[in-house]
Amino acid sequence: MITAHVNGEEWELPASTTVADVITRLTDAPRGIAVALDGAVVPKALWAATPVTAGAQLEVLTAVQGG
Amino acid sequence: MDDLLTIAGRPIASRLIMGTGGVSNLTVLADALRASGTALTTVAMRRFDPAAGGGVLDLLRELKIDLLPNTAGCRTAAEAVLTAQLAREALGTDWVKLEVVADDHTLLPDPVELLDAAERLVDDGFTVLAYTNDDPVLARRLEGLGCVAVMPLGAPIGSGLGIRNPHNIELIVEEAGVPVILDAGIGTASDAALAMELGCDAVMLATAVTRADDPVRMATAMRLAVEAGHHARLAGRVPRRWYAHASSPAR
Repeated sequence: MITAHVNGEEWELPASTTVADVITRLTDAPRGIAVALDGAVVPKALWAATPVTAGAQLEVLTAVQGG
Repeated sequence: MDDLLTIAGRPIASRLIMGTGGVSNLTVLADALRASGTALTTVAMRRFDPAAGGGVLDLLRELKIDLLPNTAGCRTAAEAVLTAQLAREALGTDWVKLEVVADDHTLLPDPVELLDAAERLVDDGFTVLAYTNDDPVLARRLEGLGCVAVMPLGAPIGSGLGIRNPHNIELIVEEAGVPVILDAGIGTASDAALAMELGCDAVMLATAVTRADDPVRMATAMRLAVEAGHHARLAGRVPRRWYAHASSPAR
Protein backbone atom coordinates (compact mmCIF):
# COMPACT_ATOMS: atom_id res chain seq x y z
CA MET A 1 0.00 0.00 0.00
CA ILE A 2 1.02 3.60 -0.55
CA THR A 3 -0.19 6.90 0.89
CA ALA A 4 -1.24 9.74 -1.41
CA HIS A 5 -3.16 12.97 -0.90
CA VAL A 6 -6.46 13.45 -2.69
CA ASN A 7 -7.95 16.94 -2.31
CA GLY A 8 -5.93 17.38 0.86
CA GLU A 9 -6.97 14.07 2.47
CA GLU A 10 -4.64 11.14 3.07
CA TRP A 11 -5.66 8.06 1.11
CA GLU A 12 -4.23 4.53 1.52
CA LEU A 13 -4.03 3.04 -1.97
CA PRO A 14 -2.73 -0.17 -3.57
CA ALA A 15 0.73 0.32 -5.09
CA SER A 16 -0.56 -0.13 -8.65
CA THR A 17 -3.20 2.64 -8.44
CA THR A 18 -3.76 4.97 -11.41
CA VAL A 19 -5.42 8.36 -11.59
CA ALA A 20 -8.43 6.65 -13.19
CA ASP A 21 -8.77 4.36 -10.15
CA VAL A 22 -8.87 7.36 -7.82
CA ILE A 23 -11.56 9.05 -9.90
CA THR A 24 -13.62 5.83 -9.93
CA ARG A 25 -13.51 5.80 -6.12
CA LEU A 26 -14.72 9.42 -6.01
CA THR A 27 -17.55 9.27 -8.51
CA ASP A 28 -19.22 7.09 -11.14
CA ALA A 29 -20.09 10.16 -13.23
CA PRO A 30 -16.78 11.92 -13.94
CA ARG A 31 -18.25 14.75 -16.01
CA GLY A 32 -16.92 18.29 -15.71
CA ILE A 33 -13.94 17.12 -13.66
CA ALA A 34 -10.23 17.81 -14.08
CA VAL A 35 -7.22 16.40 -12.27
CA ALA A 36 -3.87 17.86 -11.33
CA LEU A 37 -1.13 15.51 -10.17
CA ASP A 38 1.67 17.26 -8.30
CA GLY A 39 0.72 20.59 -9.82
CA ALA A 40 0.30 19.53 -13.46
CA VAL A 41 -2.91 18.76 -15.33
CA VAL A 42 -3.45 15.12 -16.29
CA PRO A 43 -5.69 15.04 -19.39
CA LYS A 44 -8.60 12.61 -19.12
CA ALA A 45 -7.19 10.47 -21.93
CA LEU A 46 -4.14 9.77 -19.75
CA TRP A 47 -5.91 9.00 -16.45
CA ALA A 48 -5.77 5.22 -16.93
CA ALA A 49 -2.09 5.29 -17.89
CA THR A 50 -0.90 7.61 -15.12
CA PRO A 51 0.27 5.90 -11.91
CA VAL A 52 -0.27 7.46 -8.50
CA THR A 53 2.97 7.11 -6.60
CA ALA A 54 3.68 7.34 -2.86
CA GLY A 55 3.36 10.89 -1.60
CA ALA A 56 1.54 12.11 -4.72
CA GLN A 57 -0.71 15.16 -4.39
CA LEU A 58 -3.90 14.86 -6.42
CA GLU A 59 -6.31 17.72 -6.85
CA VAL A 60 -9.67 16.85 -8.38
CA LEU A 61 -11.66 19.93 -9.36
CA THR A 62 -15.03 20.74 -10.80
CA ALA A 63 -17.07 23.85 -11.58
CA VAL A 64 -19.19 25.40 -8.85
CA GLN A 65 -21.22 28.59 -8.59
CA GLY A 66 -19.04 31.67 -8.51
CA GLY A 67 -18.16 35.06 -9.87
CA MET B 1 -30.79 45.85 -29.66
CA ASP B 2 -29.40 46.60 -33.09
CA ASP B 3 -25.78 45.75 -32.34
CA LEU B 4 -24.28 42.68 -30.70
CA LEU B 5 -21.49 42.42 -28.20
CA THR B 6 -18.64 40.56 -29.86
CA ILE B 7 -15.68 39.19 -27.91
CA ALA B 8 -12.80 37.57 -29.80
CA GLY B 9 -15.07 37.28 -32.83
CA ARG B 10 -17.79 35.50 -30.90
CA PRO B 11 -21.18 37.22 -30.70
CA ILE B 12 -22.64 37.30 -27.19
CA ALA B 13 -26.40 37.80 -27.13
CA SER B 14 -26.52 39.97 -24.01
CA ARG B 15 -24.47 42.91 -22.74
CA LEU B 16 -25.31 41.88 -19.19
CA ILE B 17 -23.13 39.05 -17.93
CA MET B 18 -24.52 37.71 -14.69
CA GLY B 19 -22.37 35.44 -12.54
CA THR B 20 -23.70 32.50 -10.56
CA GLY B 21 -22.20 33.16 -7.11
CA GLY B 22 -24.00 34.25 -3.97
CA VAL B 23 -27.33 32.41 -4.09
CA SER B 24 -27.86 29.03 -2.46
CA ASN B 25 -31.20 28.20 -4.06
CA LEU B 26 -30.73 26.91 -7.63
CA THR B 27 -34.36 27.61 -8.55
CA VAL B 28 -33.94 31.27 -7.63
CA LEU B 29 -30.65 31.36 -9.54
CA ALA B 30 -32.32 29.88 -12.63
CA ASP B 31 -35.16 32.42 -12.51
CA ALA B 32 -32.73 35.31 -11.99
CA LEU B 33 -30.48 34.17 -14.86
CA ARG B 34 -33.52 33.93 -17.13
CA ALA B 35 -34.74 37.38 -16.10
CA SER B 36 -31.26 38.87 -16.66
CA GLY B 37 -31.15 37.62 -20.23
CA THR B 38 -27.51 36.69 -19.73
CA ALA B 39 -25.94 34.50 -22.43
CA LEU B 40 -22.58 33.92 -20.75
CA THR B 41 -21.97 33.26 -17.07
CA THR B 42 -19.07 32.60 -14.76
CA VAL B 43 -18.34 29.53 -12.68
CA ALA B 44 -15.50 28.91 -10.24
CA MET B 45 -13.26 25.83 -9.98
CA ARG B 46 -13.21 24.06 -6.61
CA ARG B 47 -12.34 20.67 -5.16
CA PHE B 48 -14.79 18.01 -6.29
CA ASP B 49 -17.21 17.01 -3.54
CA PRO B 50 -18.90 13.64 -4.20
CA ALA B 51 -21.81 14.68 -1.96
CA ALA B 52 -22.52 17.93 -3.84
CA GLY B 53 -23.75 16.72 -7.24
CA GLY B 54 -23.40 18.62 -10.52
CA GLY B 55 -26.14 21.23 -9.88
CA VAL B 56 -24.89 24.38 -11.53
CA LEU B 57 -23.45 22.77 -14.68
CA ASP B 58 -26.68 20.86 -15.33
CA LEU B 59 -28.66 24.05 -14.76
CA LEU B 60 -26.58 26.12 -17.20
CA ARG B 61 -26.79 23.42 -19.83
CA GLU B 62 -30.57 23.41 -19.45
CA LEU B 63 -30.72 27.22 -19.70
CA LYS B 64 -28.35 27.16 -22.71
CA ILE B 65 -26.05 29.72 -21.07
CA ASP B 66 -22.39 29.50 -22.06
CA LEU B 67 -19.71 28.98 -19.42
CA LEU B 68 -16.92 31.36 -18.56
CA PRO B 69 -14.75 29.70 -15.92
CA ASN B 70 -12.93 32.09 -13.62
CA THR B 71 -9.81 31.81 -11.50
CA ALA B 72 -11.43 33.24 -8.38
CA GLY B 73 -9.45 32.62 -5.23
CA CYS B 74 -6.05 32.57 -6.95
CA ARG B 75 -3.33 34.77 -5.43
CA THR B 76 -0.43 34.04 -7.76
CA ALA B 77 0.10 33.69 -11.49
CA ALA B 78 1.07 30.04 -11.01
CA GLU B 79 -2.20 29.24 -9.22
CA ALA B 80 -4.24 31.09 -11.82
CA VAL B 81 -2.55 29.32 -14.73
CA LEU B 82 -3.12 25.87 -13.20
CA THR B 83 -6.74 26.71 -12.39
CA ALA B 84 -7.35 27.90 -15.95
CA GLN B 85 -5.76 24.74 -17.33
CA LEU B 86 -7.97 22.60 -15.08
CA ALA B 87 -11.05 24.56 -16.17
CA ARG B 88 -10.16 24.03 -19.82
CA GLU B 89 -9.78 20.30 -19.21
CA ALA B 90 -12.98 20.01 -17.14
CA LEU B 91 -15.26 22.23 -19.20
CA GLY B 92 -13.84 22.07 -22.71
CA THR B 93 -13.43 25.83 -23.17
CA ASP B 94 -10.26 27.87 -23.56
CA TRP B 95 -12.08 31.01 -22.43
CA VAL B 96 -11.16 32.17 -18.96
CA LYS B 97 -12.00 35.11 -16.77
CA LEU B 98 -8.62 35.73 -15.19
CA GLU B 99 -8.72 36.89 -11.58
CA VAL B 100 -5.61 37.17 -9.44
CA VAL B 101 -6.38 38.97 -6.22
CA ALA B 102 -4.03 40.39 -3.63
CA ASP B 103 -5.84 39.86 -0.33
CA ASP B 104 -9.11 38.73 1.21
CA HIS B 105 -10.48 42.01 2.49
CA THR B 106 -10.26 44.07 -0.72
CA LEU B 107 -10.10 41.27 -3.31
CA LEU B 108 -8.34 43.84 -5.49
CA PRO B 109 -6.39 42.49 -8.46
CA ASP B 110 -2.64 42.10 -7.94
CA PRO B 111 -1.33 43.84 -11.08
CA VAL B 112 2.07 42.13 -11.10
CA GLU B 113 0.69 38.60 -10.81
CA LEU B 114 -2.16 39.48 -13.17
CA LEU B 115 0.15 40.55 -16.00
CA ASP B 116 2.36 37.50 -15.49
CA ALA B 117 -0.66 35.16 -15.58
CA ALA B 118 -2.18 36.90 -18.61
CA GLU B 119 1.02 36.52 -20.58
CA ARG B 120 1.39 32.83 -19.71
CA LEU B 121 -2.25 32.03 -20.49
CA VAL B 122 -2.23 33.85 -23.83
CA ASP B 123 0.97 31.96 -24.73
CA ASP B 124 -0.80 28.72 -23.79
CA GLY B 125 -3.64 29.43 -26.23
CA PHE B 126 -6.24 30.74 -23.80
CA THR B 127 -8.84 33.37 -24.65
CA VAL B 128 -8.33 35.66 -21.68
CA LEU B 129 -10.81 38.15 -20.26
CA ALA B 130 -8.93 39.95 -17.52
CA TYR B 131 -10.47 41.24 -14.31
CA THR B 132 -8.46 44.34 -13.58
CA ASN B 133 -8.20 47.51 -11.52
CA ASP B 134 -9.72 50.73 -12.85
CA ASP B 135 -6.25 51.63 -14.09
CA PRO B 136 -6.00 52.74 -17.74
CA VAL B 137 -2.31 51.86 -17.92
CA LEU B 138 -2.84 48.33 -16.62
CA ALA B 139 -5.77 47.86 -19.03
CA ARG B 140 -3.51 48.95 -21.90
CA ARG B 141 -0.82 46.47 -20.83
CA LEU B 142 -3.35 43.62 -20.62
CA GLU B 143 -4.65 44.39 -24.09
CA GLY B 144 -1.06 44.55 -25.34
CA LEU B 145 -0.44 41.05 -24.01
CA GLY B 146 -3.35 39.72 -26.04
CA CYS B 147 -6.31 39.74 -23.63
CA VAL B 148 -9.57 39.75 -25.63
CA ALA B 149 -11.45 41.89 -23.11
CA VAL B 150 -10.59 43.99 -20.09
CA MET B 151 -12.85 43.92 -17.06
CA PRO B 152 -12.13 46.92 -14.86
CA LEU B 153 -13.76 47.02 -11.46
CA GLY B 154 -16.19 49.74 -10.48
CA ALA B 155 -15.46 49.03 -6.80
CA PRO B 156 -14.30 45.98 -4.83
CA ILE B 157 -16.11 42.68 -5.47
CA GLY B 158 -19.36 42.41 -3.55
CA SER B 159 -19.08 45.94 -2.13
CA GLY B 160 -22.02 47.42 -4.04
CA LEU B 161 -20.22 50.79 -3.98
CA GLY B 162 -20.89 51.51 -7.65
CA ILE B 163 -18.34 53.12 -9.96
CA ARG B 164 -15.82 54.91 -7.76
CA ASN B 165 -13.77 56.41 -10.57
CA PRO B 166 -15.93 57.07 -13.64
CA HIS B 167 -13.18 59.18 -15.18
CA ASN B 168 -10.75 56.25 -15.21
CA ILE B 169 -13.41 54.00 -16.72
CA GLU B 170 -13.88 56.57 -19.50
CA LEU B 171 -10.13 56.70 -20.07
CA ILE B 172 -10.03 52.91 -20.37
CA VAL B 173 -12.95 52.93 -22.81
CA GLU B 174 -11.38 55.72 -24.87
CA GLU B 175 -8.16 53.79 -25.40
CA ALA B 176 -9.31 50.19 -25.54
CA GLY B 177 -9.36 48.26 -28.79
CA VAL B 178 -11.04 45.30 -27.07
CA PRO B 179 -14.39 45.19 -25.27
CA VAL B 180 -14.49 46.82 -21.85
CA ILE B 181 -16.70 45.00 -19.35
CA LEU B 182 -17.39 46.85 -16.10
CA ASP B 183 -16.98 44.16 -13.49
CA ALA B 184 -17.56 44.28 -9.75
CA GLY B 185 -18.96 46.94 -7.49
CA ILE B 186 -22.37 47.32 -9.12
CA GLY B 187 -24.94 47.90 -6.37
CA THR B 188 -28.09 48.82 -8.19
CA ALA B 189 -29.52 49.48 -11.65
CA SER B 190 -28.28 53.07 -11.97
CA ASP B 191 -24.68 51.84 -11.53
CA ALA B 192 -25.13 49.45 -14.46
CA ALA B 193 -26.70 52.18 -16.59
CA LEU B 194 -23.82 54.53 -15.75
CA ALA B 195 -21.27 51.92 -16.81
CA MET B 196 -22.89 51.69 -20.22
CA GLU B 197 -23.28 55.48 -20.50
CA LEU B 198 -19.54 55.78 -19.87
CA GLY B 199 -19.06 53.61 -22.95
CA CYS B 200 -18.49 50.15 -21.52
CA ASP B 201 -19.43 47.34 -23.87
CA ALA B 202 -20.98 45.18 -21.16
CA VAL B 203 -21.53 44.84 -17.43
CA MET B 204 -20.70 41.85 -15.28
CA LEU B 205 -22.29 41.45 -11.86
CA ALA B 206 -23.49 38.81 -9.45
CA THR B 207 -23.90 40.00 -5.86
CA ALA B 208 -26.17 42.93 -6.74
CA VAL B 209 -28.69 40.42 -8.07
CA THR B 210 -28.10 37.26 -6.10
CA ARG B 211 -28.07 39.00 -2.70
CA ALA B 212 -30.92 41.42 -3.44
CA ASP B 213 -34.14 40.90 -1.50
CA ASP B 214 -35.81 39.91 -4.76
CA PRO B 215 -33.11 38.56 -7.10
CA VAL B 216 -35.44 37.98 -10.04
CA ARG B 217 -36.77 41.52 -10.00
CA MET B 218 -33.25 42.95 -9.62
CA ALA B 219 -32.09 40.82 -12.57
CA THR B 220 -34.86 42.38 -14.62
CA ALA B 221 -33.82 45.85 -13.45
CA MET B 222 -30.20 45.19 -14.44
CA ARG B 223 -31.15 43.92 -17.89
CA LEU B 224 -33.21 47.05 -18.53
CA ALA B 225 -30.52 49.33 -17.07
CA VAL B 226 -27.81 47.89 -19.31
CA GLU B 227 -30.05 48.29 -22.36
CA ALA B 228 -31.03 51.82 -21.35
CA GLY B 229 -27.46 52.88 -20.69
CA HIS B 230 -26.28 51.43 -23.99
CA HIS B 231 -29.01 53.26 -25.92
CA ALA B 232 -28.20 56.48 -24.09
CA ARG B 233 -24.53 56.15 -24.96
CA LEU B 234 -25.30 55.60 -28.64
CA ALA B 235 -27.90 58.38 -28.65
CA GLY B 236 -25.37 60.92 -27.38
CA ARG B 237 -26.21 62.98 -24.31
CA VAL B 238 -26.79 66.71 -24.41
CA PRO B 239 -23.98 68.89 -23.13
CA ARG B 240 -24.13 70.02 -19.50
CA ARG B 241 -24.93 73.78 -19.30
CA TRP B 242 -24.43 76.15 -16.43
CA TYR B 243 -27.66 78.08 -17.14
CA ALA B 244 -31.13 77.09 -18.25
CA HIS B 245 -31.91 76.53 -21.90
CA ALA B 246 -35.64 76.80 -22.52
CA SER B 247 -37.25 73.85 -24.22
CA SER B 248 -40.56 75.68 -24.83
CA PRO B 249 -40.79 78.50 -27.36
CA ALA B 250 -40.60 82.01 -25.83
CA ARG B 251 -43.87 83.10 -27.44
